[in-house]
Amino acid sequence: MARLALRELCGYRAGDKGDTADVAVFASSEEVYDLIVREVTAERVKEHFGSMVTGEVVRYEARNVLALNFVLRGALGGGGPRSLRSDNLGKTLGGALVRLEIDVPERLAAFRRPRPDVSWADEILRDGRP
Amino acid sequence: MTVRIGGGQGFYGDTPRAVEGLLAEGVDYLCLEALAELTLAILQKDRQRDETRGYTRDLPLYLGAALPAVAEGRTKIVTNAGGINPAAAARAAIDTARQMGVTGIKVATVLGDDLMTRLASLRSAGASLESMETGEPFDALPGEPLFAAAYLGARPIVEALEQGADVVITGRVADAALFLGPLAYEHGWAFDDWDRLAAGTLVGHLLECSGQVAGGNYSGEWWTIPHPWDLPYPIAEVEADGSAVITKPKASGGRVSFDTVRHQLLYEVHDPAAYLAPDVVADFASATFDDLGSDRVRVTRVRGKPATPTYKALLAYHAGWAGEARVGFGWPDAAEKAKATAAIFRKRVEMAGLEVAEWCVECWGVDALGGPTVPESSRAVEPPEVGLRVAWRCSDQATAARVGRELVPLTLSAPPAGLTGMGRGMGGGGGTELLGIWPTLVPKELVDPNVTVTVEEVR
Repeated sequence: MARLALRELCGYRAGDKGDTADVAVFASSEEVYDLIVREVTAERVKEHFGSMVTGEVVRYEARNVLALNFVLRGALGGGGPRSLRSDNLGKTLGGALVRLEIDVPERLAAFRRPRPDVSWADEILRDGRP
Repeated sequence: MTVRIGGGQGFYGDTPRAVEGLLAEGVDYLCLEALAELTLAILQKDRQRDETRGYTRDLPLYLGAALPAVAEGRTKIVTNAGGINPAAAARAAIDTARQMGVTGIKVATVLGDDLMTRLASLRSAGASLESMETGEPFDALPGEPLFAAAYLGARPIVEALEQGADVVITGRVADAALFLGPLAYEHGWAFDDWDRLAAGTLVGHLLECSGQVAGGNYSGEWWTIPHPWDLPYPIAEVEADGSAVITKPKASGGRVSFDTVRHQLLYEVHDPAAYLAPDVVADFASATFDDLGSDRVRVTRVRGKPATPTYKALLAYHAGWAGEARVGFGWPDAAEKAKATAAIFRKRVEMAGLEVAEWCVECWGVDALGGPTVPESSRAVEPPEVGLRVAWRCSDQATAARVGRELVPLTLSAPPAGLTGMGRGMGGGGGTELLGIWPTLVPKELVDPNVTVTVEEVR
């Protein structure tokens, strides 16, 4: 077993409804899906977010797209139009969730999602200079 | 028969530019989804200032891009840009058409989602209007309701299309229902054909956030998305049996793949196996997705269950005034300086006798977004610089504005070295109104009798 952040194995997207955030994580394979079903429980996610989430966390499974959806209640400082937070819509909570570290079997432990190559952005930004 | 439907807007503030791509590719319907929970709050403030407002003001921009195609009979528009004032939006639409010399088209207005004037009668008819989020009774609403809107379904849109409408303007119709309406109309789906209604709802859900299904807000290898500055809006090709292909205009950037589609599938759905839409309970977890390559993903076998007897409705109430201020700190000890300055600022506000009901302190570069999820290992690395953002809530606007003034003198008078502004406006603005959101349920039988569809021809 090795310890790996979910970011190496999963994609993510987050959104809001009232004071509730929806955070989905997407597994890269069936093997990873079975792993996260086992490891990434609602209890662990609740603990991970600590004081950021004041209410309960509920987990839903969507095996057809190899994804888990977490519903985080009391996660947005009162909800979009009421919240004092910069991220009043919880858009960044997906990234925050995939910081979670889990135990993974050795054969998955070498896996790393690739890091961004934004050399195209460098080119565009260079053009903008005198 | 295949119906081609395009998602031309994902929110109030989206760009009409990608609409041209959809029209060039050819869509039978262009659906413009303009409303989020936050949007209704913005529109409410707009209407408070001017009774002729309360709809999304970029509607004429979208119509400017699309009406020539509507006039030629190449497409029809369905939009909830009416916000909390669909009648005013329809006026604006008709005015825009006239100014463009577009006549002979029919504009439909759907009313009846606005519950604001009917709250008392709804309650006496048995609607509890308790909060869906907290279960609190309606009497616990912390202020006067400022707007109250039910999320209507696709039926009034079908009705408008049956009456020959070329442009359908609604208020708070549920996002996906904007798409389900034309699909149900074209394919003749009955409103108890649950699997078809679920399929149309799923298609609508995938398209309602414009670029988000085509490579926008994407956590996969986002840096490999072709021409991300030219991100397309999506198209669905929908068959009578409810099966569909999600795709995009060929001459554009972006990407439609199994991965981009599944990112959108679960966006804000709560339980994917029971997505509660006004017209159906859709089981998104039942669907099968096939990536056909070339930016085409086929969706089949969506199942649905009977709709619930209630509509979701959203109320809002005044929740005080907010202000905020930002300053930056350079290395060294930037994080400690930021925290100390926030504390000094707070003491100064107290000493000035200003009443603050809630504080929010964020250290950008430390844990402003990640909060407790930021691990110790990251905290052990000294950040090269830190931005401090402090926000506060007060019961009145003047106080919210005065609080920010207490930060400005700290430029010279706070002990930490290296405090600087972050661009302009260090002391914050004049205060922003906060609105609390109260989601609730209301029996359909109390809403439907008030839903009306009127059609006017532009002359």
